Amino acid sequence: MMQVKKRLIFTLLYHEEQFMLSRNFRLQQVGNIGWLERNYNFRDTALSIDELIILNVERTRDSTETFHAHTRRLNSDCFVPIAAGGGIRTVDDAREMLRAGADKVVINSMLHDDPSMVDRLASEFGRQCLVASVDAKRVDGVLRPFVDNGSRLIDGSLADFLDHIANQPIGELYLNSMDRDGTGQGFDLELLDQLPATLNVPLILAGGAGKPEHFVAALSDPRVDAVATAHLFNFVGNALHMSRQRLLDDGMHLARWDGDRLKSLAGSV
Amino acid sequence: MADAVVVIDYGMGNLHSVESALHYLGASTTLTNDPDVVARAHRVILPGVGSFRLAMERIRGAHLDTAILELVKRGDHLLGICLGMQLLGSASSEDGETSGLGLIANRVDSFDTRLGMKVPHVGFNTITPTHRDGLFAELPVSPDFYFVHSYRMAVGNIAHPHATCEYGETFLAAFDAGNVQGAQFHPEKSQSNGLQVLRNFVVS
Repeated sequence: MMQVKKRLIFTLLYHEEQFMLSRNFRLQQVGNIGWLERNYNFRDTALSIDELIILNVERTRDSTETFHAHTRRLNSDCFVPIAAGGGIRTVDDAREMLRAGADKVVINSMLHDDPSMVDRLASEFGRQCLVASVDAKRVDGVLRPFVDNGSRLIDGSLADFLDHIANQPIGELYLNSMDRDGTGQGFDLELLDQLPATLNVPLILAGGAGKPEHFVAALSDPRVDAVATAHLFNFVGNALHMSRQRLLDDGMHLARWDGDRLKSLAGSV
Repeated sequence: MADAVVVIDYGMGNLHSVESALHYLGASTTLTNDPDVVARAHRVILPGVGSFRLAMERIRGAHLDTAILELVKRGDHLLGICLGMQLLGSASSEDGETSGLGLIANRVDSFDTRLGMKVPHVGFNTITPTHRDGLFAELPVSPDFYFVHSYRMAVGNIAHPHATCEYGETFLAAFDAGNVQGAQFHPEKSQSNGLQVLRNFVVS
């Protein structure tokens, strides 16, 4: 049966007008949007990904407007779907995020703190619009879920929380390993064993990608629909391009397009 | 400089992305819900994400339906994207039976969930065009495009050049009926293939 393609996703972490590197959820400032566009060559990076995720990891709420402005600008730089979030609490928060150019909103703490709001967002915008983000870490050797940018441990096991989320009207699940975050040691495939059998939405696995082989290993698992990396340096230069090529060469079911063709279409009418 | 491409703003969907893609190609855009501007335009895009019924109510409420039919009758160009393509069809069963603009005879219904596929259909998928010119000019043989939808237009017995896509069943991914064209996928979210389709529309 024909399935949709698997996906390679790039995640940008935004904090006070800067893009950040995260290691085990400790943030380090890397550069502003000018740096991202010029030195990081964001337009070229965008040619190698199926989707972009932008997360506002700032914990204050007055940063929303500048975050929206950055989302709008990044939207002009890439022609793939964008999911964005961080601090989404209300229908209006989500609507503003979508107006700023996001195609989907990423929700996190709400999944635990306010499940009825998830229902409201789904009825307003459709469940395909909601990406449920879950951060997980081992505590005393046991995988546990965290919310609020990984700052708050919640009750119960990761498996219980994922079961609770699988029953909410979400469109996708973004499962991130805090233990592997930014380490480049590879994805934590043990997270997959915590997924409920009832999960019927695509799974995005994040945290730990350091080289193309890590993407291959994760995408080879039938439970994984997409892989994401937020590492601005492990995949600098043409590394994402090479990763994508490697995945295609290994027979991964990924979408194909022509980056050079896209460049030549600029200003062509 | 060609005339601006008119993008109809009726409160349904991410218009910023459509405009960004057109600007990248070098086209200028006008965002409007003014039926007089739409009726006089040479090249119009009807985007849209959301409910068919709500979209038709808004379009009729703003008298955009007669404006769209007028520009098509005159021979000017119309492209419907995603829900915008579905609205060009005869009718949809989304939220109860609702008539469309009737510019092509095909109707719109839900994916058959008994086929075991996840609905909505979200992600990049491959289309199969019947022709390699017009809306489908200069595309690879089996191009990939980004889709996100729960309802789909039936292929029916369409005689115009078109493209199909497989997702548990075969549905209509795009059509090129001369000056009326439609794409179920999002060209503005589909890398080079999508930009090529938008270019094909702009230079048609």
